[in-house]
Amino acid sequence: MKVSIYRYNPELDNEPYMKEYDIDTQGKDLMVLDVLALVKEQDPSMGYRRSCREGVCGSDGMNINGKNGLACITPLSEVAPGVLEGRKPLILRPLPGLPVIRDLVVDMTMFYNQYEKVQPFLQNNTPAPAIERLQSPEDRAKLDGLYECILCACCSTSCPSFWWNPEKFLGPAALLQSYRFLADSRDQATEDRLGNLDDPFSLFRCHGIMNCVSVCPKGLNPTRAIGHIRSMLLERAV
Amino acid sequence: MVTSVTSFGKNGVSDWLIQRVTAVIIGVYFVGLMGWLMANSGFDYATWKGFMGSLPMQIANTLMMFSVAAHTWIGLWGVTTDYLTSLQLGGSATGIRLLVQAVIILLTLVYLLWGLVMIWGGA
Repeated sequence: MKVSIYRYNPELDNEPYMKEYDIDTQGKDLMVLDVLALVKEQDPSMGYRRSCREGVCGSDGMNINGKNGLACITPLSEVAPGVLEGRKPLILRPLPGLPVIRDLVVDMTMFYNQYEKVQPFLQNNTPAPAIERLQSPEDRAKLDGLYECILCACCSTSCPSFWWNPEKFLGPAALLQSYRFLADSRDQATEDRLGNLDDPFSLFRCHGIMNCVSVCPKGLNPTRAIGHIRSMLLERAV
Repeated sequence: MVTSVTSFGKNGVSDWLIQRVTAVIIGVYFVGLMGWLMANSGFDYATWKGFMGSLPMQIANTLMMFSVAAHTWIGLWGVTTDYLTSLQLGGSATGIRLLVQAVIILLTLVYLLWGLVMIWGGA
């Protein structure tokens, strides 16, 4: 099968280019990450990130035939019709909107800066109990669909609002995490958290196009979380 | 927390709310006007003028003018701050964005005042 990969080494290349490889998958429905390993055998200069290779670490987020996803849990049969059969090429590019360090490796600083802004940790000033802060099963259930985010950046880098204003709009991943703590019955910083979100950019740049939902490899729904925060902001303001 | 002096309301919540409320006003006005047009097919100028000159329609038209002006500004402010940024335009982005926003404000105010003169001027 043909594999077309975005190549750019700032020390050697004036500009990025797409390089084609012929890879023999022996007709198997490999994961995209396995194909990358075969490419790496052919061309050791090609760079990409990977670690757990099972959709837990979030290292190998990339743009696969136009859609962001994790290479390790995306089988060729799910990329696009014809890719597995070799009728269409597998096209791999770095996550859009972030600066490219080299080939498929992007600089995630802007993404992590936005994550840091939402203070993604429990804030509770009451004295800590001897064992743990208890939560009812119902309150705990409110965190389902929120805590599972692995920060792969597939969602935020598929969001045009994040592309246009990566320093002002927090992006779906950070906002999902923001709601994860707003929804936590043990957290006491609700007012501060909401106060940091009511400007025209941080949250309200979300126009609900749901690219984040369609690409999330963990099946999470940042748009819904953003909607919940918006409701909280409205209740607080009206 | 991002601050912005050129957005419409005092913060993102008010802009978001104003845009939705004005959208409802515009929608209701449009449906109402369509209803009148369908119920009065073949109307003449005098009927149209009488309809538009009535006090309820003067109030509705005024609401509509303000709603369109606010909705336009919030929407186009969003467009300008999305597409006219240093990512696309480099160092001259702020100047270009301010210029475009100034033109939009000017046009919106002209349309608004012109509309009010038409509605309430008694011509």
